[in-house]
Amino acid sequence: MAAIATEHAPVPVAAPRRQRRSFPVWRWVVLLIAGVYFLLPLYAALRFAGLSAFGTVFKQPGFGAALWLSARLAAMTWVITLVLMVPTTVYVHLRLPGLRRVMEVITILPIVIPPVVLIIGVLQVSPGSLKSTPWLLGLVYVILSMPFAYRSIDAGLRALDLKTLTEASNSLGAGWLTTLWRVILPNIRTALLSATVLIIALVLGEFTMASLDLYVTFPVWIVQFDQLNAQMSEAASLLALFVTWLLLMAITTIATRQNRRKGGGEVTLFSAATTTQTIGES
Amino acid sequence: MANTTDTVTAPGPVTGPGVRRFPPALTRLARFAGILPFTAYVALGLIIPLIAIVIGAFKNPDTGAFTFTNVNIATHGVYLTGFRQSITLSVLAAVIPGVFGLLIAYAIFTAKRASFLRQVVITASGVFANFGGVPLAFLFIASLGSSALVTGWLTDIGINLYNLNFSLYTLSGIVVVYMYFQIPLMVLIILPALEGLRPAWREAAENMGARSWQYWRYVGGPVLMPSFVSCLMLLFGSSLAAYATAETLTSGTIPLTAIQIGSFLNGNVIAGQANVGKALGLGMVLIIAVVMIAYVMLQRRAAKWLR
Repeated sequence: MAAIATEHAPVPVAAPRRQRRSFPVWRWVVLLIAGVYFLLPLYAALRFAGLSAFGTVFKQPGFGAALWLSARLAAMTWVITLVLMVPTTVYVHLRLPGLRRVMEVITILPIVIPPVVLIIGVLQVSPGSLKSTPWLLGLVYVILSMPFAYRSIDAGLRALDLKTLTEASNSLGAGWLTTLWRVILPNIRTALLSATVLIIALVLGEFTMASLDLYVTFPVWIVQFDQLNAQMSEAASLLALFVTWLLLMAITTIATRQNRRKGGGEVTLFSAATTTQTIGES
Repeated sequence: MANTTDTVTAPGPVTGPGVRRFPPALTRLARFAGILPFTAYVALGLIIPLIAIVIGAFKNPDTGAFTFTNVNIATHGVYLTGFRQSITLSVLAAVIPGVFGLLIAYAIFTAKRASFLRQVVITASGVFANFGGVPLAFLFIASLGSSALVTGWLTDIGINLYNLNFSLYTLSGIVVVYMYFQIPLMVLIILPALEGLRPAWREAAENMGARSWQYWRYVGGPVLMPSFVSCLMLLFGSSLAAYATAETLTSGTIPLTAIQIGSFLNGNVIAGQANVGKALGLGMVLIIAVVMIAYVMLQRRAAKWLR
């Protein structure tokens, strides 16, 4: 809000108007280059796969089994991640705000720790009974999904007046669980949805650990099947990419519409707080 | 959870009767109980496996005795080259996408009225930042491979990439491919820092007659710099960690540490060297540790101005 005001602010005599004008030009140049860089490979892959592959990819041998395994892993990862991360993040926001920085650093670690290194250690320390099932992967995926899960939950909570909400809920006699379930969760619905989609995207895309742990998840199947039919496997990976992206778009667009109706601002993936921040400043 | 009511009255020193039933030190300790499950999970899933690697790096795989042999092998010859190449690759695949990601983030951040554009870019970043591995390699083989679509177009207009020393299957190619998930990652992690740049600062600078470049040279740049560099640290780590894409593109012809570790896991091991993979892992953990310390220090610096 404040920034819109900036653009319309009376321009002081000293500031030349030419610079204001030249600014959007580089913006479009940057976005154009980015668009070309990101869309061209997708187009090339689409051309290579051919549109007919999208119809038949579901019928390929092994596709169903691999996708089913990945779906179960995603569900498992989703449940554990949210059960673990939501209460922890809420708790840190409310009672240990000084730890938020530490949490940020810990949860960013899985981005920089090589999965190929982590899986060696995990395979070494985990008990044999767990190693012989694919569920070990689900447990490790919880760690891998922390960077994105934590960031979206954190953004969702930052957009709320968490303290007032919990105080109000407590003074109405609600306990911790009721407050979490009936007050906080509905308020961070968008953040939870984004986290969900990002977790699905991660599990549907994680190849390194799954292949080294010797389980045929969806991405591993894509690679194995590539030996038989490269076009099919290209179509499968494009499909996964488009579906997750469309889901995320739908979530943020619907959330923004709802939020606007309630008088709020735009909702984006990790920064639901932006709007409240700017409103507060103006 | 007897002391949940503490939350309500915590800030004031004058609290209701019966709240301070425990000695302060104990209460302070009890407050950390809430993050116990998370801490335990991170310890089991992240910290202990890493410790196991560190220990394994100093163990003789057959006898279990303490030895420096693994580390010695891992820091010489082809493995040393691997570390060198990995670091070169990661620096390139951090700085180039870092600068570009910053420009994109700034472009969509300042486009106040194009909220649809912003939604597209941010959600796409969320998806592409998670996109990697073999499918990503396929995408680029289909477009920039030696006889692929885009390469063909460029040849048609007189640019032969493969005569210009570019090949998808060498370091230069891997950098181009890594940008595909590094740029979106940069957009996502630099946006909060951009949000911290107060519009008021720009207005103040303009009111004092500062030009755009002066604003960036003396206000915006210095404020943003620590965040920017700390984000580069993360990008460095992220490209160091990437494995499957490079493995698919080069099929192991370029020595990169992650690929070398992967080949140990795949069972391509010379007898008696089973733990060299762990020593390589230890090397990577050490590099990551240095990077993360720099990250934390820079973030702390950045926090002075942002938020």
